[in-house]
Amino acid sequence: MNLIEARSVVLAYDGRTAVSNLTFDLEEGDYLCVVGENGSGKSTLLRAITGDITPAGGKLLISPVLKKHGIGYLPQQTAIQRDFPATVEEVVLSGCVKGDSFGLSWKRESKKRAAEAMELLKISSLSKTCIGELSGGQRQKVLLARAMCASDRLLLLDEPTTGLDPASAHELYETIGKINEEKHCAIVSVTHDIQCALEEARHVLSLCRGHYYFGTVEGYRAHELHDAELDHSMHHHHREEEPVQ
Amino acid sequence: MTLSEIFSSSFLLDVIIKALVVGILVSVCSSVLGVCLVLKRHSMIGDGLSHVGYFAVAVGACAGVGGTFSMEIAIPIVIAAAVLIFRLAKREGKLNGDSACAIVSTGAVAIGTLLYNLTGGRSGDICSSLFGSSSIVTISTKDVILSIALSAVVILWFALSYKTIFAVTFDDNFSRAAGVKTEVFGLLLAVLTGLTIVVGMKMMGSIMISAILIFPPLTAMRLTKSFKVTVILSAVISAVCFIIGFFLATALSLQTGAAVVTVELIFFAITATIAYAVSKSRIRSRGKSAANGNIAEQEI
Repeated sequence: MNLIEARSVVLAYDGRTAVSNLTFDLEEGDYLCVVGENGSGKSTLLRAITGDITPAGGKLLISPVLKKHGIGYLPQQTAIQRDFPATVEEVVLSGCVKGDSFGLSWKRESKKRAAEAMELLKISSLSKTCIGELSGGQRQKVLLARAMCASDRLLLLDEPTTGLDPASAHELYETIGKINEEKHCAIVSVTHDIQCALEEARHVLSLCRGHYYFGTVEGYRAHELHDAELDHSMHHHHREEEPVQ
Repeated sequence: MTLSEIFSSSFLLDVIIKALVVGILVSVCSSVLGVCLVLKRHSMIGDGLSHVGYFAVAVGACAGVGGTFSMEIAIPIVIAAAVLIFRLAKREGKLNGDSACAIVSTGAVAIGTLLYNLTGGRSGDICSSLFGSSSIVTISTKDVILSIALSAVVILWFALSYKTIFAVTFDDNFSRAAGVKTEVFGLLLAVLTGLTIVVGMKMMGSIMISAILIFPPLTAMRLTKSFKVTVILSAVISAVCFIIGFFLATALSLQTGAAVVTVELIFFAITATIAYAVSKSRIRSRGKSAANGNIAEQEI
C-alpha cells in the first residue's frame, strides 16, 4: 500500500473543523508539500499522521512499513526547549532510539548513522555544543539530522525553514530534495514558503478555508489558487474548487 | 540526643543507619525522576503527586489496624492516583490539565485530612505526614526493604532505557512519531514518582518531598550541559544534601525534611549565583573582543 492513505479525513482543533472530506495518498519516495494559511489545519494533519491526535472523522491509514520503520518528525521550533541540558550529538543520536533503545550506550550503527546525518547537514563541528547555544538555523539542522536518524522512509517537516534567512532556507530545501532523491525517502513538508518548496516537491496539498487542492505541482501551478496565494489575496472564496483525485 | 550518644548506643546506631539508607535511596530516586519532571515541565505533576501521596498515606494510616500505618493500602492508591493525575495533566479543553491537576491534588489533601479527623487521628499524624516524622525511630525495616526495592527499580529503569528516557524527555512528539511508546514512559514516570513520595513521606513529609524532586535537578542543570551528567549530578547532589541535612537535623533536633530542603536551597542558591556570574563574565569578555574588532565568533 501507499505510505499514507487519507480517506474523507476530518481534521479539527480547538473544537473547530479545519478540513473535512480530505482524501489523498502518499506514495513511497514521494515529496508532498502542504501549504495553506494559518489555522488551515496543516500542523493538525502532521499531528494526526504521527498519532498524536486522531482525526475527527474519516480514515487515515498509516502503512505498516511506517509503523515498523518509524517516522522522522521535525516539529515547529517553539516545541523545543532552549535550556535543555543536551549536546547536539546527544540530540541527533536520540533519533536512533526506535531501533536502539536498550542500555546506556549507543550501538555503532546508530553512531555511524548520526555522524552521516550531521555530515550531510554540515553540523559535525557542533557535535559537542549545547543545544541552547545554537542559532535558529543551526538548531533546525540539528533537528533535521535527528529526524533523518529516525526514519529513512518518511520525514514530516513542520515549517522547516522557520528562523532561517532566504539563502540558508534555499540550502536546506536543496538538502531535503537530496535526501528525497538519493535515499528515496518520502517527504511531507508543511510550509508558508511556497515558491521555494515547489522547486523540490512533486505533489501539493493546499488547504484553504475548509477546501483543499491535491495534485501534482504542475497541476497546482496551473490552478488559479496558486496565483491567489502568491498575491496573498486569499480572502475571496474558492467555491468552484473540487478535490482532484 | 547528640552524635556521641548516638554512636555509643547500638540501638540508636541501628535507627540511624536505617534512616540514612532510606533517606539516601529516596533522595537518589526522587532527584533522578525529578530531572524528567523538571525538563518535561511537569514540576506541577510532581507537586500534585505529593499531595495525592498524602491522601494515600492517610487512607493507609486510617485503614491500618490499631493505628499502624499500612503500606499495602497506600501503595495501590498512589499508583492509581498517579495514573489519574498523569492522564488529567494532558487534558486539553474546558478544564485544562493544570486546573484538573490542582483540583485533584488539593481535593486529595482535604479528604485525607478529614479521614485523619474522622478516624480519631491526632493532629500529630497530619503534621508528620506533611512535614515528616519528628522522630526517625519510626523508620522500620520494612521501609528499608521498600526503599531498596524502589531504588533498584528506578535505577534499573534508567540504566536499561536511558536512551528512550532522554528522547522522550527532550521531545515526546518526535519520539511518538519515531515509534516510541511515549505513553508507557509517562505512566512509569508518574507511578515511580508516586511510589517514591509514599516511601519517603515518613521521613521527609509530603510537602518537603516535592522540594527534593525539583531542587537537585535544577541545581545540576546549572553545572552541566549534558543530560547524562545532569542525571548523575542530580543524584549525587541530592544524596550529599540529604546526609548534611540529616546530621544537622539529628544534632540540633530539627525536622529532617525541612533541614534537607534548606541545605538543597543553599546549594541551589550558590550554584545559581556562580552560573550567573560565569555567564555574565562570558558576555562581558565577548563584548570586549567584539569591541577589539574580533568578529570571529559571529554566528552564521
